[in-house]
Amino acid sequence: METLIVNALLTFMVVAVVVLARTRNLFAVIVLSGIYSFLMATAMVALDAVDVGMTEAAVGAGISTVLLLGALHLCKSEEAKPAHRPWLPLAVTAATGLVLVYGTWDLPAFSDPEAPIHKHVAPRYLQDGPRETGVPNVVTAVLASYRGYDTLGETTVVFTAGAGIIALLRRRRRKEEKEGQ
Amino acid sequence: MKGDLILRVMAKLLIPFILLFALYVQFHGDFGPGGGFQAGVILAAAMVFYAVIFGLDNARRALPDWLVETMVAAGVLLYLMVGFAGLFLGGNFLDYFVLDSDPVSGQHRGIFWVEAGVAITVSGVMLKIFYMFAGRGTEEE
Amino acid sequence: MNPLDHYDYWVMIFLAMAGLFIVIARGNLIKKLVGLGIFQTSVYLLYVAPGKIVGGTAPIVSEAFKVYSNPLPHVLILTAIVVGVATLALGLALVVRIRESYGTIEEDEILQADTAQEPEKQ
Repeated sequence: METLIVNALLTFMVVAVVVLARTRNLFAVIVLSGIYSFLMATAMVALDAVDVGMTEAAVGAGISTVLLLGALHLCKSEEAKPAHRPWLPLAVTAATGLVLVYGTWDLPAFSDPEAPIHKHVAPRYLQDGPRETGVPNVVTAVLASYRGYDTLGETTVVFTAGAGIIALLRRRRRKEEKEGQ
Repeated sequence: MKGDLILRVMAKLLIPFILLFALYVQFHGDFGPGGGFQAGVILAAAMVFYAVIFGLDNARRALPDWLVETMVAAGVLLYLMVGFAGLFLGGNFLDYFVLDSDPVSGQHRGIFWVEAGVAITVSGVMLKIFYMFAGRGTEEE
Repeated sequence: MNPLDHYDYWVMIFLAMAGLFIVIARGNLIKKLVGLGIFQTSVYLLYVAPGKIVGGTAPIVSEAFKVYSNPLPHVLILTAIVVGVATLALGLALVVRIRESYGTIEEDEILQADTAQEPEKQ
């Protein structure tokens, strides 16, 4: 039953992306990307990744849509031009996709408890994490304590993005006043 | 949207609860899903909601530019201070065991302050990006 | 081998290829950024889906549950999501500046304007 729910959500995502690729109205493209993010967040919750689902819903479906709508309003563009016949990109992506499918042939089946991913580090985190850190949520324990250095790097990435946007979009007020005079 | 009565009333009712929910997600990240990133984004979303309904100038009066820019840097600084506190108290960088007499409560303290730093930076950056995008359109006209 | 066992991998590959197709085949800059976001989001699926155990629960340790899904991919993907939105925000800021400089956000018109300017500069 859980597998059926996950597969159904994945199929809806495929449909949303196919419609998005063919739509030319940019406002519809942005709404469809919000729908796709919500479906991804639901799929994450169905896959027991509750932290990831909450973050994807807030960030992907919330902030991303707001920023895209803001940029669309500033660019004042409504429709993408009609595409030329995209045979070469279609062929390249289809070939790459087929090679990747061949590559995933030997990967472990969905929800296999004997898969290598469950063998080395994860059981140690699940058993010793709450005892060593006193925090029942193992994801928070790993994120903030065991791998706290990576989270420091990620916070720096967010800070750098903010600094970059301030540098790109800041108005030079004094220069404009001088040009006016 | 200042003239629309329903939107104004609903916004006044909902925004305090959204802010409270952001604080709940932040502090209960240890016991349920949540943590610094989610709380920061929900906080920024509440302020974006306020700016959309009541106007960007009112939002800038509630959270001025200098405060948001300070928040952007203060979170990363707080995270680094926790790391250096571990160093000064005798352990390694970002070592939480030495932050308190008992190793487990040292971990609690370290995780608390680290998540607070992350939430401050993330909310500051998301809000600042929104201010920049929304403010640029109005300045052009 | 049951083909449905690998359905999540194939969906992820299709989504990634669709995102790649949007990036290389469509000319509008905002649509390209949306396609890039779709590519990034499909990679989250690749990491989280193998960690799931049917009959298990979310990795929040409590007395009532014995089997938990793998928490390690969740941590990596949390970082990836935030980095993805940072990339999107910077890309959109660049698109806004391009629009103010060239007056358009269609890729072929921008390239035409660039090649028209270059003989003048030389």
